[in-house]
Amino acid sequence: MSQSDDVSRRGMLGKLGLLFNGAVGLILAVPIVRYLLSPVIHERSAAAEAWLSLGSLAQFPEGQTRLATYRHPQVNPSDGETANIPCWVRRVDGEKFQVFAINCAHLGCPVRWFPQSGLFMCPCHGGVYYSDGARASGPPERGLFEYKYRVEQGNLLIETGEMPTPGATAASLINISSKKTPCA
Amino acid sequence: MRLIQKIGDWFEERLQLAPAIRETMEHPVPRRTASWAYVFGSAALTVFILQIVTGILLALLYVPSAGEAWNSLQVLNHQVALGWFIRALHGWGSNFMLAIVVIHMIQVFLFGAYKFPRELTWVVGILLLLFTLGMAFTGQVLRFDQDAYWGLGIGASISSRVPVLGPFIVNLLLGGPIIASATLSRFFALHVFVIPGLLIAFVGLHLLLVLKLGINEWPMPGRIVRRATYLKEYHELTHKDGIPFVPGAVSKDLFFSGSILLAIAACALLLGPFGPSGQPDPTIIQTVPKPDYFFLWLYAVLSLLPPSMETPALLIGPVIALGVLFALPFFSGEGEKSWKRRPIAVLTILLAAVSLGTFTHLSGYAPWSPVMDAWSGEPIPAQYLKGRTALERQGALVFQVKQCHNCHALGGAGGDRGPELDRIAVELTPDQLVRQVIQGGGNMPAYGKNLSPAETTALVAFLETLRPAGSAPARDASRAAESAKQP
Repeated sequence: MSQSDDVSRRGMLGKLGLLFNGAVGLILAVPIVRYLLSPVIHERSAAAEAWLSLGSLAQFPEGQTRLATYRHPQVNPSDGETANIPCWVRRVDGEKFQVFAINCAHLGCPVRWFPQSGLFMCPCHGGVYYSDGARASGPPERGLFEYKYRVEQGNLLIETGEMPTPGATAASLINISSKKTPCA
Repeated sequence: MRLIQKIGDWFEERLQLAPAIRETMEHPVPRRTASWAYVFGSAALTVFILQIVTGILLALLYVPSAGEAWNSLQVLNHQVALGWFIRALHGWGSNFMLAIVVIHMIQVFLFGAYKFPRELTWVVGILLLLFTLGMAFTGQVLRFDQDAYWGLGIGASISSRVPVLGPFIVNLLLGGPIIASATLSRFFALHVFVIPGLLIAFVGLHLLLVLKLGINEWPMPGRIVRRATYLKEYHELTHKDGIPFVPGAVSKDLFFSGSILLAIAACALLLGPFGPSGQPDPTIIQTVPKPDYFFLWLYAVLSLLPPSMETPALLIGPVIALGVLFALPFFSGEGEKSWKRRPIAVLTILLAAVSLGTFTHLSGYAPWSPVMDAWSGEPIPAQYLKGRTALERQGALVFQVKQCHNCHALGGAGGDRGPELDRIAVELTPDQLVRQVIQGGGNMPAYGKNLSPAETTALVAFLETLRPAGSAPARDASRAAESAKQP
């Protein structure tokens, strides 16, 4: 066996070794990437987008806007208080409601309701909304995010989902027929 | 002594590192670089080491869980001996590190150190700046309080505006549908493993480049950098007129680094740790979230940009800024290094400093935000009520009850969101006042639905009294002409 044959054989083996490790790396990469992407491509579990009760209708006087809270259905044991999500419930009249996300449509800060002037004000960048959630002034480009709701057996139910963000909601608004709801 | 020498020799026989270490320590540097202007890089490294040490100490007790993190910070602050001091060191260390990194960058920019052959050193330095900012943001999240919670919401809202991918980025960032334990855990992993690992690796690369290419010489006006001749010139500068780094240049570094550590310790001791503020409970909405000081300018920019400009500015602005920073050494790799011959460079620094300073200053009192409790907490100044009619005083009451005070200042108190109203009667006629109140406009919501006619009348009657003594109220010129025509 000549010298050059030996070298090329070693070289070949080295390349094969690299190829082998590359293939193993790829095989390992698949589950790793899948794990990393799990928050994005999770099978939308029934729990994440469930209908939840905010309480009986009696808690929400007609013509008023009240703060309500619920515990997010997709909850981990270590979530603590962060899984308690607030929202504003406006009972227009009878069984007609508007349920607004707490998050300002600008950058997500918690808006506060001022019944005297009938305005929602945001403490962060000065977004202001009318009582029906429509934008009144400031940097938001749209009105407050709304939950889907229904009334069942004297209870107010809302459909929960993700924390609403301006971009995410815009995407789901385009696809209006999709079951995905914009709100947490 | 002889024993130590023996042990040292035993190790050296096996490691054989001494020549390399000696060569590194004694490598020649230009004489004038033994200057106070050249101490910031080493100081940044020193503070980084302090951050690693104090960070590990905090990790002994910190619990990265959404339900427990805030409580574990309380334990650190109040129950563990000197836990508050370690937290304060880490918090002040972070502020100092960011400030020193930025000063180092300004010095390097003004001294033209990014030019040939140190382009890569600059590029790695920009990455180090980004990692440092990343540490600052993720660290702010780990101080898991109200500011951290809503700061994450703001981060998610900004990310969601990325076209097409926005919602996915939000989910990746939060680790789930809402801000919760998965969110804190991934920021913990970023802050404690990923970014520090990158920082250590890239600081190593940065230092290696400084050693390989030599420290930038003191720029002299007229000494032009040319790719063909620079390396030879630098070699002559260091070998004919150079001094060894140790002990020639290192003493100022040592004194400065030590002083910075002392300053951090003094701040920690006297001013204490940062927060945590209120519990990260989203149902507590009586909160005014604010970022830490190094992101305050961004908070101001986000408030002041016109709504339609915001998304483009947020998404394209950073890309352009980073592109310019990364490209800088490639389109200006030669030429003058001295700031005395580079007026645009000096002006750029001044402009950036003034803009960032102004935005930061503005965010200190946030004139764009309503003062949420002015309507109940800030009374109307007494001189605006004395000697007024019942109707006017009723109007003052409407002014308070309808939260006008949250956005409009009177006598220097109240919100700055809208104009202050101390001389509004000089500027607007009663008709204009009615129109503005009912229809809103500019940045003001319309109050038409929320004020009865009687309330509007009273409010406008009160507003009409708001003018400095001796100045005439605003007049409607067309009406004045009309009444003059009539006999």
